[in-house]
Amino acid sequence: MLQGINLACTRGDRELFKDVNFSLGTGGLMQVRGPNGSGKTSLLRMLCGLSSPAAGEILWCGEAIRVLNEDYFAAMTYIGHLSGTKDDLTVIENLRISSALSGYEISEDQASEALENLGLGGRERLLVRVLSQGQRRRVGLARLLTCKTSLWILDEPLVALDAMAVKFIQGLLERHLQQDGMVVMTTHQEIDIAAASIVQLQLA
Amino acid sequence: MIIMWIIKRDLLLAIRRQSDVLTTLFFFVIVVSLFPLSVGPEMNMLRAMAPGVVWVAALLASMLSLNRMFSNDYMDGTLEQMLLSPQSLSLLVLGKAFAHWLVTGIPLVIMAPILGIQYDLPAEALVVLTLTLLLGTPVLSLIGAIGAALTLGLRGGSVLISLLVLPLYIPVLIFGAGAVEANMAGIGFDAHLSLLGAFLLASLALAPWATASSLRVSLE
Repeated sequence: MLQGINLACTRGDRELFKDVNFSLGTGGLMQVRGPNGSGKTSLLRMLCGLSSPAAGEILWCGEAIRVLNEDYFAAMTYIGHLSGTKDDLTVIENLRISSALSGYEISEDQASEALENLGLGGRERLLVRVLSQGQRRRVGLARLLTCKTSLWILDEPLVALDAMAVKFIQGLLERHLQQDGMVVMTTHQEIDIAAASIVQLQLA
Repeated sequence: MIIMWIIKRDLLLAIRRQSDVLTTLFFFVIVVSLFPLSVGPEMNMLRAMAPGVVWVAALLASMLSLNRMFSNDYMDGTLEQMLLSPQSLSLLVLGKAFAHWLVTGIPLVIMAPILGIQYDLPAEALVVLTLTLLLGTPVLSLIGAIGAALTLGLRGGSVLISLLVLPLYIPVLIFGAGAVEANMAGIGFDAHLSLLGAFLLASLALAPWATASSLRVSLE
C-alpha cells in the first residue's frame, strides 16, 4: 500500500502543490491529472524516491520510503519521461542490461519474447539510435513485461505510441492490476482501464 | 552479478564509440611527445623532467574523459534507473569507475614505457614508471568520479570539475613522479609505492560511497 501524507513541492520560491493526500491499495490505479507545469512529474519523482518532498511523508506498507530505500526500490518500477535506453546498445542489450541493473537477470529468450510482444520482433539486434520515437518508448516499456515488481510508476507511458501499442499497454496494466499490482500514472489521453479502485488525483 | 553487468555495459559502449577512448590516448601521446621536441635533445634534462611530464600528462588525459562518465547516462535517463536499483549504488559506481579505468587508464599504462624511451629513461625507471601509473591511474578514476557526480548537469561543469578534482590529484602526482625520480637517484622507491597503494585502498573504500551520495544530490 502506497500512501502520501500532506505532500508539498516547491521549485525555487514557487509552490507547485501542497497538502496532497492519497492512499492506494492493492489492485488500485491512481491517475495524476493536471495542466502542464502543475507538478505531475515532480510528484512522480517524489513517489519513486528520486527527490524528497518539501513537506510530508510517503509511506510504503506503513514505512517511510526514505528509510526503506533499496527495499522499496525492489518493489517498484519507474518509467519516466526519458526513455532510459542507450542509443549505442542494441534493443535486446538494452532490455537485458536495464533488467539486470534493476535486480532481475533475464535470459536472451525471455528478452526476445517480451520484445516480440511489444511489436519489436525482428528488431532485437538493431541499435536503438536507428529506432523511431515510438519504438524507443516500447523498448523502455518492455521492462514492464519482465519485471516482477508490484508498484509501477509511469510518467506519460502512452506518449508517442500508436493505437495498437496503447491498447496493448492498457491490457498489460489491467492484467497487472488484476494480479494485485498497483499503478500510478500520468497521462493526458483518455484511458479505459478496468481496476478494482481508481483514484483520481487532481493537481491545481 | 550487478557489477559485471555495469562493466560489460560501459565497455560495450566504449567499443561502439571509440573516438572517446582514442581522444584520451592521443592527447596523452601528443602532450608527452611535445616536450622533447620543444626542449631539445639535452639528455640529462629530458631524463630529469620525464617522470613529471608523463604524470602531468596522465592527470590531464584522464580528466578529459571525466565529464562523460555520468553525463551521457544522465541525459538518456539510464542514470535515473541506476539510482532506483535495489542493488547498492556504491557498487554500481565502483563498476563504472573500474570500466572508466579500463578504458582510459590502462591504455596510458601501456603507452607510458614506450613514450618514456623518448626521454632516454633507463629500463628500470621505465618499469617503475609503469608500476606507479598502474597503481595511480585507478585513483584518478575513483576521485574523478566524485567530481563528475558533483558537477553533473551544471553549466560549465567541465571547467568546475578540473578545479574540484585537480587539487585532490596532487598527492598521487607527487608520489607517482617521486617514485621514478627516487629510482633514478638510486634511492629506494618502496615508500612511494606503498603510499600510492594506500591512496588506492583509501579511494576504493571512500570514493564510491561519496560518488553515490553526490549522484543522489545531483539528481534531486
